[in-house]
Amino acid sequence: MSLWVWLLLACLFAYAWKLVGYLLPASLLQNPRMSRMAGTMTIGLLASLTIVNTLASGQALVPDARLGALAAAAVALFLRAPFLVVVLAGAGAAALLRLGGWN
Amino acid sequence: MPITWPPKLLRSPAVRVGLSISVATGLYGVSFGALSVTSGLDFWQTMALSFLLFSGGSQFAFIGVVAGGGSGFAAMGAATLLGMRNGIYGMQLNVLLRPRGWRRYAAAQLTIDESTATSTGQSDPDEQHRGFWAAGIGILVLWNVFTAVGALAGGALGDPKQWGLDGAAVAAFLGLLWPRLKGREPVAIAVVCALATVLAVPFVPAGVPILIAAVVAAVIGWLSHGRQDEGLEPDIDPYAERHPGQHAGTGGAT
Repeated sequence: MSLWVWLLLACLFAYAWKLVGYLLPASLLQNPRMSRMAGTMTIGLLASLTIVNTLASGQALVPDARLGALAAAAVALFLRAPFLVVVLAGAGAAALLRLGGWN
Repeated sequence: MPITWPPKLLRSPAVRVGLSISVATGLYGVSFGALSVTSGLDFWQTMALSFLLFSGGSQFAFIGVVAGGGSGFAAMGAATLLGMRNGIYGMQLNVLLRPRGWRRYAAAQLTIDESTATSTGQSDPDEQHRGFWAAGIGILVLWNVFTAVGALAGGALGDPKQWGLDGAAVAAFLGLLWPRLKGREPVAIAVVCALATVLAVPFVPAGVPILIAAVVAAVIGWLSHGRQDEGLEPDIDPYAERHPGQHAGTGGAT
């Protein structure tokens, strides 16, 4: 139940960000520092999410088959594979490594 | 904006780009839907994210935090911080398209990486309008259809680990990060934030390391003076094939 509340709040705030650009005078947001922070935060958050999903298991750092998924995805991206292929490469690598006995 | 129907509309280059980017982006809604239900969200929560939140990175962030055992608050925090760039897009599009009345509120919901890039990549004002609406509406529809497909398929899979779906989440985030790593500085930011995350994981509750990384990234953004639109590249560049090696992203067009 409470997840619904946070989820709907997330939706509300997401729309608020989008709308704020249309409603505020451009000069207010045309601050180069704001744009830059939006960009660096996007990079930082996605890097953090990547690493958390690769290594974290609750509050422990656990190296497991997900490292293989990261490597496979990196190779796929390097070869300019489309997003879906990248995701499938990650899933396939993790599944195969587990089949091979590495958790 | 005058309403014109095909075939004239389909002759518009911006509409063609908008529709092809809709298919490319829409398809990866399958990944989102499948990962969302295996992260512990139910079908309707998954659909609410795709329809109401409607911003790929933020949606993946929300389910990524939940999957890692983070609180709803941390999930909301990560999604909201990742949504900040949409405010910058909104500002650019407001100057470019000047939507009025109800269109402004509809345009706001459709403001995402890809619709912004499709619009700003055009130079003719009419084409900028058509590109934005074609990409925005096209992606909204297909993203939701394919989210539903993925959510139904993911729910039928059984043990998600057996299929490597946690590996799929890793790959998805790397796939979202990758197009933004152009040059030395974004790579440095990514490395610093990844390190901050690894250091924080053992000491704070799940989900919080991501918020710490966001603060680190914000401080870097505040203090440094690199390219203004760094990190604001779309997940899928609509013009990637026409201009190889050079992104048509935000702020480049006049």
